[in-house]
Amino acid sequence: MTEKEVTIKNRAGIHARPAALIVQTANKFASKIHMIKDNEEINAKSIMGIITLGAGYNTNLKIRAEGPDEQEAVNALAELFERRFEEE
Amino acid sequence: MKQFTVLDLLSLNLKEHEALGLRCIAGRSGLGRPIEMPDVNRPGLTLSGFYDNFAFKRIQVFGRGESAYLDMMVKENRIENLAQFFKYDIPCAIFTNSLHPPEIFKELAEKAHCPVLQTDLPSTDFTARLIRALSEVFAPKQTVHGVLIEVFGIGVLITGESGVGKSEAALELIERGHRLVADDAVEIKNVAGNILMGAGANKIIGHHMEIRGIGIINITHLFGVGAIRDRKQIQLVVELEPWDSTKNYDRIGEKDTTTEILGVQVPYLKLPVKPGRNIPILIETAAMNERLKKMGYFSAKEFNRNVLKWLESENARAVYFQNTDNY
Repeated sequence: MTEKEVTIKNRAGIHARPAALIVQTANKFASKIHMIKDNEEINAKSIMGIITLGAGYNTNLKIRAEGPDEQEAVNALAELFERRFEEE
Repeated sequence: MKQFTVLDLLSLNLKEHEALGLRCIAGRSGLGRPIEMPDVNRPGLTLSGFYDNFAFKRIQVFGRGESAYLDMMVKENRIENLAQFFKYDIPCAIFTNSLHPPEIFKELAEKAHCPVLQTDLPSTDFTARLIRALSEVFAPKQTVHGVLIEVFGIGVLITGESGVGKSEAALELIERGHRLVADDAVEIKNVAGNILMGAGANKIIGHHMEIRGIGIINITHLFGVGAIRDRKQIQLVVELEPWDSTKNYDRIGEKDTTTEILGVQVPYLKLPVKPGRNIPILIETAAMNERLKKMGYFSAKEFNRNVLKWLESENARAVYFQNTDNY
């Protein structure tokens, strides 16, 4: 199991477009990937799930992956957050 | 868990017979106080000066009796007991029956930053509603990846890996007249110890679905209000999984299979998916079968009982005929 904390750095937070980006990225990996906000844990391969997290600017999230390519998956997702989902 | 404050209690969106009808009449500065217990206290004893075992962490409910006693205290100028009352960190004081506390009570509450709320409901009714609402707030919770849909009155939670076709199956069920409760993120609460209540994790953006190739669709607008529900008890869990020819799937269904969610056992089925298997119809059938079971008729067991009965009567007949042959 690999975990990583990330912070949302784009002003708009996770709206539809970033959510789609996350899901597309997550679906490239075979591992089970979850995103955790407070005590809510959702599947990172589901768009509606990610949007319902209601993760706004400066929210801290945890990415957790479990499976054969967990390290790569977590890194790829963390990089999306780092690049502010290519916004701004 | 995030703290549940008095302000959260005021903004609980409860309707009709669940509504609490609360409004804040004093002590607004304390609305951020946390409520830590799903319980209430009637502070009669406390007001009379007995502070042993005072359940100050609970919400303090003032009914007609307490209110009349307060009025008397003020009349007799015994406010030192009241001052003592507000020294405790009580979450809030609630007056039922539209009762108004004496001015001095409000002043002390303001000073102590203790919110004072008021409702039109009578005490018994209000307490029952409040405890029900709070026990739901404090109920164990879990968010599950799946679709919750009401099929023939049975709350069916469809789970499975992403991309196995949960949303598509649900869409067809909606098309066939069933009701969507939540897609993708289903928040499950264990209410009253043995009831699993499922609802959308987020009310504002609920009743939307994501269908690959189409995008996000609004079920309420597309299919009408008849196609949605806000919450529903989970009575059956159906897990979809890609067909695995090396696996043995249940062919008779004579045994009850269950899965555990938040400590509650729920009937559980595993449905293998492959082209040519119409999943929505299978889920409909499973839901109807579940209803039959609830009504006391277990198809698979009943079938087997009939088979056994038939075999036995055949045996008996064989013996009978054998005997006649011997004559």
